[in-house]
Amino acid sequence: MTQPTEITPEIVAEHGLSPEEYERILRALGRTPNLTELGIFSVMWSEHCSYKSSRIHLKKLPTTGPQVICGPGENAGVVDIGDGQAAIFKMESHNHPSYIEPYQGAATGVGGILRDVFTMGARPVANMNALRFGRPDHPKMRHLIAGVVHGIGGYGNCVGVPTVGGEVNFHAAYDGNILVNAMTVGVAETNKIFYSAASGVGNPIVYVGSKTGRDGIHGATMASADFSEDSEEKRPTVQVGDPFTEKLLIEACLELMATDVIVAIQDMGAAGLTSSSVEMASKGGVGIELDMNAVPCRETGMTPYEMMLSESQERMLMVLKPGREAEAEAIFRKWELDFAVIGKVTDTGRMVLRFDGETVCDIPLGPLADEAPLYDRPWVPTAPREPLGPVPAKGSIGDNLLALMASPDLASRRWIWEQYDHMVGADTVQRPGGDAAVVRVHGTKKGIAISTDCTPRYVFADPVEGGAQAIAECWRNITAVGAKPLATTDCMNFGNPQRPEIMGQFVGAIEGMAKACAALDFPIVSGNVSLYNETKNDDGSGSAILPTPAIGGIGLLADIDAMATIAFKAADEHILLIGEDGAHLGQSLWLRHIAGREDGPPPPVDLELEKRNGDFVRELIQNGQVTAVHDISDGGLLVALAEMALAGGIGAHVDDLDHGRAFGEDQARYIVTTAKSDSILAAALTAGVTARRLGTTGGETLAGVPLHKLRDAHEGFFPTLMAN
Amino acid sequence: MKSAVIVFPGSNCDRDLAVAIRDVTGKAPDMLWHQETALPDGIGLIAVPGGFSYGDYLRSGAMAARSPIMRAIVEAAGRGVPVLGICNGFQILTEAGLLPGALMRNEGLDFVCREVALTVENSQSTFTARYDKGEKVHFPVAHHDGNFTADRETLDRIEGEGRVAFRYAEAVNGSARGIAGILNDAGNVLGMMPHPERVIEAAHGNDDGRRLFEGLLETVA
Repeated sequence: MTQPTEITPEIVAEHGLSPEEYERILRALGRTPNLTELGIFSVMWSEHCSYKSSRIHLKKLPTTGPQVICGPGENAGVVDIGDGQAAIFKMESHNHPSYIEPYQGAATGVGGILRDVFTMGARPVANMNALRFGRPDHPKMRHLIAGVVHGIGGYGNCVGVPTVGGEVNFHAAYDGNILVNAMTVGVAETNKIFYSAASGVGNPIVYVGSKTGRDGIHGATMASADFSEDSEEKRPTVQVGDPFTEKLLIEACLELMATDVIVAIQDMGAAGLTSSSVEMASKGGVGIELDMNAVPCRETGMTPYEMMLSESQERMLMVLKPGREAEAEAIFRKWELDFAVIGKVTDTGRMVLRFDGETVCDIPLGPLADEAPLYDRPWVPTAPREPLGPVPAKGSIGDNLLALMASPDLASRRWIWEQYDHMVGADTVQRPGGDAAVVRVHGTKKGIAISTDCTPRYVFADPVEGGAQAIAECWRNITAVGAKPLATTDCMNFGNPQRPEIMGQFVGAIEGMAKACAALDFPIVSGNVSLYNETKNDDGSGSAILPTPAIGGIGLLADIDAMATIAFKAADEHILLIGEDGAHLGQSLWLRHIAGREDGPPPPVDLELEKRNGDFVRELIQNGQVTAVHDISDGGLLVALAEMALAGGIGAHVDDLDHGRAFGEDQARYIVTTAKSDSILAAALTAGVTARRLGTTGGETLAGVPLHKLRDAHEGFFPTLMAN
Repeated sequence: MKSAVIVFPGSNCDRDLAVAIRDVTGKAPDMLWHQETALPDGIGLIAVPGGFSYGDYLRSGAMAARSPIMRAIVEAAGRGVPVLGICNGFQILTEAGLLPGALMRNEGLDFVCREVALTVENSQSTFTARYDKGEKVHFPVAHHDGNFTADRETLDRIEGEGRVAFRYAEAVNGSARGIAGILNDAGNVLGMMPHPERVIEAAHGNDDGRRLFEGLLETVA
C-alpha cells in the first residue's frame, strides 16, 4: 500500500466535517482514523445521510394509521391498498447534481427513486416529479429546463415506467438552485415486501448490478453544502445513469424476489456502498465484513476509499440465505448483470473492510448511524405578513385571465409531459393535465391517484400555513378525481439550516404539515430532506430558495369507472362552486402577475372545512352525481374554470366576477358540473357545505374570451420559451 | 394456434402487448426470451414489442436484430407466419431486413408521447382487415426514433403495392410521406410506430386498437 495519508485539519475540512465532529470521530474510534475511515464518517455524517439538522423536527410528523404498513426509515413507505396488495412510494430530491449537470442529475434522480421502490419488492408503476426553476428568462434556465426534462424522460422512458404527472414552478429564488424532486409509486403483494435489516451471522453479502466506477465520489457531501463560484467544478461528483441496466436490474430483482433466497436488500444510493452496508448492518443490529478485492470495479487501481464513496448507479446490496448464492447468481447472469459475494454478516457490531490482505477500516457501527451527530439548530419564526388591504382591479377580467393562463406558473405543461412516455404499462387511466394522475392496479379495477404539490410562495410568506396548504392541496387533488387519500411522502427542500431564519422556515413548515396530516388522516410514510439549497453571494450572504416542502400523495379509487376528470363533458350542464366565494388575493398569482406585487399573507387553511368539503365532493363523485370536478388552487376560480373549459373544448356562461372572486386563491374549494344541481345543493345544505350555482356550460367563450385565444395563450408559453 | 411475444433485454411493452393479445383473443401468448433459437410449434403470430432493446445505445433495434431468436423469426416470416412489430419492434424488423426503410430520430429531436390521428391505408392485411380503408383512428405514439425514411424508389414501390398500412393524419415525427406503419411484400409482416395495444378498452380513453388484435383472432385462437 502507499504511504497512509496524514489526516490534517485541511483534509477534515475538505470532507465537510467540523472540528467538533472530527473530535467526535477520535472519541468513537479511540485513535486517529485513516483516510478510508474518515471518508466513511464524512458521508455518513453528511446532512444528506444523517439528517442531523432535521431529525428532531421530522419526529413531529404523523406517520401512522391503519393503512400504513411501513412508515419512514425504510427505503420507501408502504401503504395497504386492499386485496393483499400494497402501494410503495417515496419522493426524493436530486437538486444539486441537476443544477451542475441537468441531464444526468435528473436522470439519476429518477433512477435512484425507482431503486428505493423496487428494492422493497414492488414493481414500479408510475413516476412523478416536482420541479422548480428560476426566472424563465434567466440566461441559464432554458439549458436547465431542457436538460432536466430530457433527463427525466430519457431515464423513465427507457425503463418503461410511465411518468404520469408532476408540477413546475418558476421563481427568481431558484435562479441559482433549481429543484428536481422525483417520485416513484410501485405495487407489491403485502406478503412479499422486502426490508433492509441484515441478519444471520455468516450469511453472504452480495453485490449486484453495475460495476463500481469513480463517478459520484462525495456526491452526498456536495449535496450538503451551499453552492459557490466553483459549482461548475463539481461536475465530476455527478453520477452517470444507465437506464437500460436499471431495467435489467428491476427485472432481475423482481425475478429473484419471487424466490425465497433474500434475507435483506438495499439499493446503493447516496454514499453508495458505505451507506447501504452501514444501514443494513445497523438496522439489523449486526456487524459487516467486506472484501474490497471482490467488489466489481469498472477500472483498475481503485482504492477502498474510492469504492466506498463511489455513487455509481444501478447497484444493489443483498444479504442472501446461506447456500443459495448459485440460484441467485443464475438470475443475474441471465440478465447480464454483475453478481459478486463481497462479504458476510458478522456479530461484531463493527464495519470491517479488508483489502490486499490488510484491514483498511474497522469502525463500530453505532457512531456511524444511530449515534451520528444530531443538532437542534437555533431558529427564529418567520414574521407574519402585514394584511394586504384592498387592492384595486387592473384591466378587464378577461384580459387578466388571458395573461394568467399564459404565465409561467399556469401555462400548459404539455411540452414537458409529451416528452415522457406516460402510457407505457397500459394502465394510465388519467393522463397528465388533470388534478391527479390515476394508474390502474394491473389486472384490477382499482386505481392509485397520485399528485405532487407545494406552493412555495405561500410557505415563504408563512411557513406554517404554507406547510399545511401543501398537504391540503395534495389531499384535495386526490379527492378531486374521486380517490380516498391514503398517505404522503415529503421532499423538504430548504436553504442553509445554519441560518436561524431558514431553520425557522423548516420548523414552521413541519408544524403546518403535521397539523394538516393529522386533521386529514394523511400520514407521511417516507421522505427526504435537501438542505443547503442556496448560493453564496459575493458579500458572503446567502440567496436561498423559497422554502419548498414538496408533497407527493397517493389515494385509492375502489373502481376506476367512478373516476372524475376536469373536462367539461357537455353543454347546458350546471356549474357549481363547492366552498365559499373567493376574495383572498394575498400571495396570489393575480397579485404577482397582474398587480406586480408579491405580498400579503397566503390564504389561510381551515382544515375542518377542507375535510368537510372534500368528503362531500368525493361522495358526489362516487355516487356518480357529477360530470366534471376540479379543485381551485393557483390562479383561483376563473383559472380553474378555464382549465375545465379547455380540457373539454366547451365554454361557460358564468355570473360576472370581480377580481377577488375571479382570482382569489381561497382554499378548500372545488368546481363541479352536473346535469341536475338541485339534489346536490340540497345535500350540501344538509352536510353544512357552502355551495352555489355559478352558471352553465356551453358556448365558445369564458369571461368574454374566445376559447381558441385562451388555448393559444395557455399552450404557447413552453414551446415559445424552448424554441430553437 | 399459438402466439409469442419476444422479450429482449430492455423490452418494456412486452407485457402490454401480451395483455392485449390475451384479452382480445382469449389466449395468452408465450413470452419468448431473445436467447431462444426456436419458436413454439404451430406458431400463428409473432409479436415484437416496444421498448429500448439493449438501451438502444447503438441504432434503435440494431442489437436486438442480431439476437439468436431473430433467425427463427425471419424464417417463420418467410413461411407466411404473421409478424407484428410495434415501436421498437418496428425498428428491430427494419434492422433485421424484414421490412424496408429505417427509423431515424424524430424531426423535432424530442421524444414524443401523445395520441395521434392515423389514416388506415390498407384494410386487406390480416392486421387491418377489421378497419375500413380511409378510416381515421387514434393510437398513441411514444418514441424518439420514429421518423421513417427510405429512398424514393422504395417509397414509390411500397406506396404502389399498397403496403402502407397506416399514415399519420397530422405532423408527428417527420416520417417520409407520413408513413406510420408498413407491410412486407407478402403482407404478413407489419411494422408500426404507434401503439394499438395501448388503446383496446374504454379505460384507455378509446379502443381503436382493439380491432387490430381482433383481426388476428383466426390466426391465434
